[in-house]
Amino acid sequence: MSAIPVNSSVDLPSSSSTATPVPHVASANVDIRQLEIRLGGVPIIAAMDLHVQAGEFLVLLGPSGCGKSTLLHSIAGLLDVHAGSIEIGGRDVTWADPKDRSIGMVFQSYALYPTMSVERNMSFGLRVNGTPKAEIEKRVARAAEILHLQELLKRKPSQLSGGQRQRVAIGRALVRDVGVFLFDEPLSNLDAKLRAELRRELKQLHKNIGTTMVYVTHDQVEAMTLASRIAVMNKGRIQQIGAPGEIYNRPANVFVAGFLGSPSMNFAEGTLQVAGGAVTFTRTGLSVDVTRYAFAQAPRDGQAVLLGIRPEDIALHLDGAAAGDGSGTVALVEPMGAQTIVWMDVQGQQVSAMLSGHAEPAVGEQAPFRIAAEKVSLFDPGTQERL
Amino acid sequence: MSTPSSALPAAVPAAAPVRSKRPPRVTPARIGVYAFLLTAAAFFLLPLYVMLITSVKPMAEIRLGNLFALPADWTIEPWIAAWSQACTGLDCSGIQVGFWNSVKIVLPSTVISIFFGALNGYALSFWRARGANLLFGVLMIGAFVPYQVVMFPLVRAFAAAGIFSSLPGIVLIHTIFGMPVMTLLFRNYYASVPGELFKAARIDGGGFFRIFFQLMLPMATPIIIVAVIMQVTAIWNDFILGLVFAGRDNLPMTVQLNNVINTTTGERLYNVNMAATVLTSLVPLAIYLISGRWFVRGIAAGAVKG
Amino acid sequence: MDVGRSRLRQHWSVYAALLPMAATVLFAYIGTVLWSVRISLSNSRTFPSDSFVGLAQYERLFTSERWMVSVHNVLIFGVLFILACLVIGFLLAVFIDQKVAGESVLRTVFLYPYAMSFVATGLVWQWILNPELGLQTTVRGWGFENFSFDWIVSQDKVIYTVVIAAVWQASGLVMALMLAGLRGVDEEMWKAARIDGIPRWRVYASIVLPQLGPSFATALVLLSVGVVKVYDAVIAMTQGGPGIASEVPAKFIMDYLFGRANIGLASAASTVMLLTVLAVITPWMYARSRSNRNAREA
Repeated sequence: MSAIPVNSSVDLPSSSSTATPVPHVASANVDIRQLEIRLGGVPIIAAMDLHVQAGEFLVLLGPSGCGKSTLLHSIAGLLDVHAGSIEIGGRDVTWADPKDRSIGMVFQSYALYPTMSVERNMSFGLRVNGTPKAEIEKRVARAAEILHLQELLKRKPSQLSGGQRQRVAIGRALVRDVGVFLFDEPLSNLDAKLRAELRRELKQLHKNIGTTMVYVTHDQVEAMTLASRIAVMNKGRIQQIGAPGEIYNRPANVFVAGFLGSPSMNFAEGTLQVAGGAVTFTRTGLSVDVTRYAFAQAPRDGQAVLLGIRPEDIALHLDGAAAGDGSGTVALVEPMGAQTIVWMDVQGQQVSAMLSGHAEPAVGEQAPFRIAAEKVSLFDPGTQERL
Repeated sequence: MSTPSSALPAAVPAAAPVRSKRPPRVTPARIGVYAFLLTAAAFFLLPLYVMLITSVKPMAEIRLGNLFALPADWTIEPWIAAWSQACTGLDCSGIQVGFWNSVKIVLPSTVISIFFGALNGYALSFWRARGANLLFGVLMIGAFVPYQVVMFPLVRAFAAAGIFSSLPGIVLIHTIFGMPVMTLLFRNYYASVPGELFKAARIDGGGFFRIFFQLMLPMATPIIIVAVIMQVTAIWNDFILGLVFAGRDNLPMTVQLNNVINTTTGERLYNVNMAATVLTSLVPLAIYLISGRWFVRGIAAGAVKG
Repeated sequence: MDVGRSRLRQHWSVYAALLPMAATVLFAYIGTVLWSVRISLSNSRTFPSDSFVGLAQYERLFTSERWMVSVHNVLIFGVLFILACLVIGFLLAVFIDQKVAGESVLRTVFLYPYAMSFVATGLVWQWILNPELGLQTTVRGWGFENFSFDWIVSQDKVIYTVVIAAVWQASGLVMALMLAGLRGVDEEMWKAARIDGIPRWRVYASIVLPQLGPSFATALVLLSVGVVKVYDAVIAMTQGGPGIASEVPAKFIMDYLFGRANIGLASAASTVMLLTVLAVITPWMYARSRSNRNAREA
């Protein structure tokens, strides 16, 4: 099932007779400066700067209406920008036609040409633009090989499954030999199992061909597994951009912290006590030593803060051990097989904890818990920013 | 198999010409589109325009032979004449007779044909009856059969039953000829109603007619609106059936209109003729303008047979 | 779904409700057709007669000049009318689909003729094409002394005037059907084509047009059936004249049924008309039911 790796810069003597090393365009970087996009007069995106490095897999992640699709469409040239500039591979393409931007795009609804076979679907654009036949054949064969479409070349879209259609859509972009691939929620139309399968294929594809990819989704699992960097967006602004691990473990604000992770991060309001070189987060019934926390500015005594801790970083002591940082009453237990989620009532607030394995604490049981202090995030309640 | 050169493939030239500023909104192509559409609009509006201005000109101006000239002397005499004085055969009381005849024909015909269409559509969609689908198939073919083919036998049958040349006769005719399209309309509509709704009603104890009158008919309001629009327009505009089956006392407006214009002896009063034509077209045009999208739905629903 | 025991009790109401439909199909459609065919095989004149004469009426039919002229006319009319309506309707739909301002106004303008009766249409165009007081005189009045447009009184050109009037009325219908088909084309497919660099006209030609197959077929069938039935417009516009120059089969039948009292001949003509219509719609209906079955199995 693994595709024959095609290295982008070196022609390796292939071990399979069907591999056709084809020279292709180098990956391009994307530079967006001070971009402003308006729809119907309403500014959707304002003063945005974004720099996508050549060869990286950038995911634009966010809820519906956050502007990620709008941003993608403007990179593609399907939407006019109001102000700012877009450069792809060093060329200013702000006003260029989509076909001149060296991009390929894959849509949520596949958007295949229904009356044409898979082969014609992939080659139509090339034929229209006058590419020589031999070249077309080479490229289609290469794309078909990478995407395992060889047997399906003669079929029409109506005869394909959802997963196969999406692969053809990717193939259509692949044959264009471009510097950047754009993906607009390509897996949303597929069922869960197929989604997971195609996700892995996409990751493998990026490994194989290494082209820059900009991928829009609202699904955090897709973002975490596929991205080399994630840009979390909300209300037309990038909230945070960085590697998945960075975004997950050190969210820059409350929005990002709450958006990633399932179940989402637990938040608790409290104050900081700074006394004698130690910093402690306190509220009724809970106290956590946060001396080692990497504060951006020195913490003040009595400062109001919001503490965030993920369920998997809360350890329940069900074996009746001594008190931890706090304690709560078990309200609901959700066994999920590999993990168990325990919902507790802590001083009137709902807190979730994730235990590995199959534990079954009784409802109503009093459970003391420890918080992994090194995994804590602290936010300013007013600005919602990370401290 | 050969070592690829580092040259870039021809289809993606490195220095493709790229626009450096916002593309213009107004292009020759855009202008061409509007030119075509406006020319077409002029062609389509022409007869309406001619109809209207001819109907308000005095005959003296019409004889000048300038079809498009605006009237110098506006007059609504032609309209009054058309409505109340034009001669349809021997009777000279204007086309208003035809108007009321059409109303008398359209109202019951619409109600009855829609009722049966709904009943049939409902029965076909939700119930099993032997041979029902075959019957429906033949009915659908019947929708395409030209009137002339079935006309004479129906004339004989109606005459034998004593309803030839009568109001009930023409109403029955319109019901018969409207049945295919109306049944299709409702059957397609009910096909999109979830079967679970029907099953729930059965479980609640509903029988055939109760479910129809209390659930399915009220539910079909959107399609009833479409059906009303289609039937009123079709029946009002009908000529041949009214000519044959309505009888001299019930001739619809279209027939009267043709009588006024094409069977007059003596001088032809073109302004009166045009006024009469406008009057005859008022009802369907009004329905069209008011119903807008529903009218188009009717076309799509009735045209996409099966 | 059927509550077993009460099946019989409930079904009587279904059959009762379907009785009008059954009666209509059996008597008004099948019965009349059979009766007509039977009459066409007899030599009935004013009244139906029982004498069987085989295909004599059909022979008379096809040696009748009037009938041959009307068939000839309906063919010319049919071809021109259908072609013009399809082309114009398609172009109108495509151009309107270009996101033009005032789209709904334009749609209203193109479709309103379809709301008018055939009679009214015929009468208005009769007036416009009137040689003495209509278009011809008006254009001459603008200085084009030699302009002539007296087709409506010319034996060989009169049928074209009926074509003009009919195209005016029906193009809007084709436009509405095509527009519905166009709107069914996936929006994202347009985006994909833009990215592939395919020019708009090419998208219409290679991608959209093939998808409009069903819409074209529907329009074609509707128009064809309308061609066979054309009667009102001819009566209103030209009364079949001058002479019999714009005679059409439907009028032929009506005249012989009611005016010239020869129902045998008229029934033969009706049967021919019916067979023509069946020949047109049967392949279409067959193709539709096959594609419906395929869609269901897919």
